[in-house]
Amino acid sequence: MLPFLINRLTQAILVIVLVVSATFCLIRLAPGSAFAVGDRKLDPQVEQRLQEKYNLHGTLPEQLGRYWWNILTQGYLGESTHFKNRSVAEIIKETLPKSLTLGLIALTISLTLGILIGSIAATYHNQPVDRSVMLLALLGICLPGFLLAPLAILLFSITIPLFPVAGYGTLGHLVLPALCLAAPFAAYCSRLMRTSMLEVLQQDFIRTARAKGQREQFILYGHALKIAILPLISFAGPLTASILTGSLIIEEIFKIPGLGPFFVNSVLNRDYFLTCGTVIVYSTLLLLMNILVDVLYTYLDKRIKQV
Amino acid sequence: MSSRLAPVSLAVLLFLAGCNSRSSDADIIFVNGSEPQTLDPARISGQLEGRLASSLFEGLTRRNAQGQVVPGVAESWEISADGKSYTFHLRQNAQWNNGSPVTAEDFFRSWKRVLEPETASVYAEILFFIENAEAYQTGKLKDFSQVGIKVLDSKTLYVKLKSPTPFFPEVVAFVTYLPVPMNLVDRYGDSWIKPKNIVTNGAYQLLDWKINDRVMLLRNEKYWDRDRVQLKRVDALATSQGTTAVNLYLTGQADVLLDKGLIPPQILSELKQRPDFHTFTFLGTYFYRFNTTRPPLNNPLVRKALSAAIDRRVIVEKCTRGGEPIATSITPPGIPGYTQASGITYNPTQARRWLAEAGYPDGKGFPPISILYNSSQAHASIAVEVQAMWKRELGISIELRAQEWATYLKALDNLDYDVARSSWVGDYLDPNTFLDLFLTNRGNNRTGWSNPHYDQLMNSANLESDVAKRMNLMNQAEHVLNAEAPIAPLYFYIGMLCFDATKIGGIEGNLPDEHPIRDWYLKTKQPAQP
Repeated sequence: MLPFLINRLTQAILVIVLVVSATFCLIRLAPGSAFAVGDRKLDPQVEQRLQEKYNLHGTLPEQLGRYWWNILTQGYLGESTHFKNRSVAEIIKETLPKSLTLGLIALTISLTLGILIGSIAATYHNQPVDRSVMLLALLGICLPGFLLAPLAILLFSITIPLFPVAGYGTLGHLVLPALCLAAPFAAYCSRLMRTSMLEVLQQDFIRTARAKGQREQFILYGHALKIAILPLISFAGPLTASILTGSLIIEEIFKIPGLGPFFVNSVLNRDYFLTCGTVIVYSTLLLLMNILVDVLYTYLDKRIKQV
Repeated sequence: MSSRLAPVSLAVLLFLAGCNSRSSDADIIFVNGSEPQTLDPARISGQLEGRLASSLFEGLTRRNAQGQVVPGVAESWEISADGKSYTFHLRQNAQWNNGSPVTAEDFFRSWKRVLEPETASVYAEILFFIENAEAYQTGKLKDFSQVGIKVLDSKTLYVKLKSPTPFFPEVVAFVTYLPVPMNLVDRYGDSWIKPKNIVTNGAYQLLDWKINDRVMLLRNEKYWDRDRVQLKRVDALATSQGTTAVNLYLTGQADVLLDKGLIPPQILSELKQRPDFHTFTFLGTYFYRFNTTRPPLNNPLVRKALSAAIDRRVIVEKCTRGGEPIATSITPPGIPGYTQASGITYNPTQARRWLAEAGYPDGKGFPPISILYNSSQAHASIAVEVQAMWKRELGISIELRAQEWATYLKALDNLDYDVARSSWVGDYLDPNTFLDLFLTNRGNNRTGWSNPHYDQLMNSANLESDVAKRMNLMNQAEHVLNAEAPIAPLYFYIGMLCFDATKIGGIEGNLPDEHPIRDWYLKTKQPAQP
């Protein structure tokens, strides 16, 4: 197990370094300035000084070198050039926990709903129950967040004033955003679960169990579920990473002060270090989740041997 | 299973329903716009940041709810006969919220900080009215004692200007001129602005600042005019989403909506019916730039033809829909003592004649050109209209070129465009804040246009100490600008505010579009002393 982990972790670090370096170079090469002042022209001398202040002077390899040097020697991710009195680390530290909180709730909802709906659909294969929940799931996948969120607000905040329209602070503030964030993933999980469950239910050991006269409930949730859940677990890795780092659309619409909007807006603002900082967070989380999935697999599926 | 879950889910729902209340106990919660980039006056460039900084810090003068300039930390000032020297007398009772007095030295050091090349203040040029300020900021002058700022004693500040600037008391109210606690800047560097470090001299102090959530302001009990500040606590919400802002307002989570950028044009017609929706004109102009270095736009006749072929009324009625006045000049109406020179109006016959004179009768042989704008629904809809008008009236085909913001700015700077959408919002109530843009080689000129006569008129205007003569020279300059048409003004901006005027007072529409928080009050509460 240990050599496997070391191997995967080394690969992951290499990938992160490559991804972040590529991001840094690409965004530095994009036209535009980090210091644009509205649509006013910035004095070239002032711009030059600002570039020096923020370590953005010199050639691209020099800048990249300095960036990595600062990270490796001091763990320093740089300053945000857009939010002028904040460091990248500070922004991530303040916003990531909020995205994580929202993400964890949404993740729980999507996995629970996904497994439940998928299993039910498989059990009632090709019956009206199956058809209707799968239609719902299709809707969940197709409805984009920027449509689902306003609909949810209209229904549950304005027509029936149950939850606040936006904001952060109480659990009530998180209900609608978590549901909207979870909806497409829950739908996807349930379709995945249904397919996988159907496949498992065809297998010999299920027929054997039925022949032994075991209760159908036990066959489903005791035997079949364990195997059927495997594809869902490999999907859960990247799902967790993307759901936890927050969503631009959901967080903006519901005004959740999470990391999501910074990921996209920092690119538009040419906030170079903030973009790279968010890329580091996202790619680290993604790779860690994938490793975790691989580890989990070896425990859940005895057929897979560690190499 | 479901029967067991039902009561639980009902309980959860009831619990959550209780959460639907205001998110803080502030007297007023307002939507301020996007997350503030900074609150440091020397580094602020945006209006939403300026609004907060002006509540935290008070300059020598300040703007009131009507947008007029009134004494701030300076209780009075004298102007020399030539209009070039100002002596400001500071209030004895002006103090920071840690109890130390606000002194002339505070202003001297704060202004010096803005002008220090290392500060790289992006708005330093607003201080260039001061003698030698520009030379010092650009590094040509090393000795700060030659800059026209002198401390006469702890409560007297002397300022020597480059040329007579009748609107200087107004300029001094600008955010870049605000005093900052320099001892803290020295001690904490960029972190001086953090809630745990900051000290302020304005009507409010910084209670907390949660990124992408809110800035919380708490009344500064040490403020010299504290008795006239009624609201104890004000929260400024950060959101860049128009629909979210309107939702917060309509459900009572926010009491005031200040930024017109936060009101989606699609719902304007509906909002306009509401009694709590207020509009007003302010100093802002939406216009198209022509790249005068590129044929065929280097020909003034072509530019004039294009400008005369735009039916501005259609644009304000179909696209912007806020009741914007149409513009034929860069300078908006309303500047005291100034009548703007009106320029080219919609006249398709004249437009065709001009185009024919330029050698393109009925648009024949007109080379392909494009309209550049930064990607946004609002700019796109205007560009589409203009494209259609030019096709219909002049028979010329235009391409549309949408670019993301930073790329668009780069294209403007490099004159890498034919026609480009643009806008300008004035910093002070004087035509100079608009007309200054089109001086030869000005950074914001961005059209490549240069006219020695224009430069000379503007220059003499700025040396003139007689206000009426000065305005007359500016007006002549604007006529020159209109005659050459390096730009096509389209409409003047309309400011929009949402608040219930039966409950909240002290917010008024005004030309500078300034709504100082210290003047806001709740009508239900005991009013502050007038």
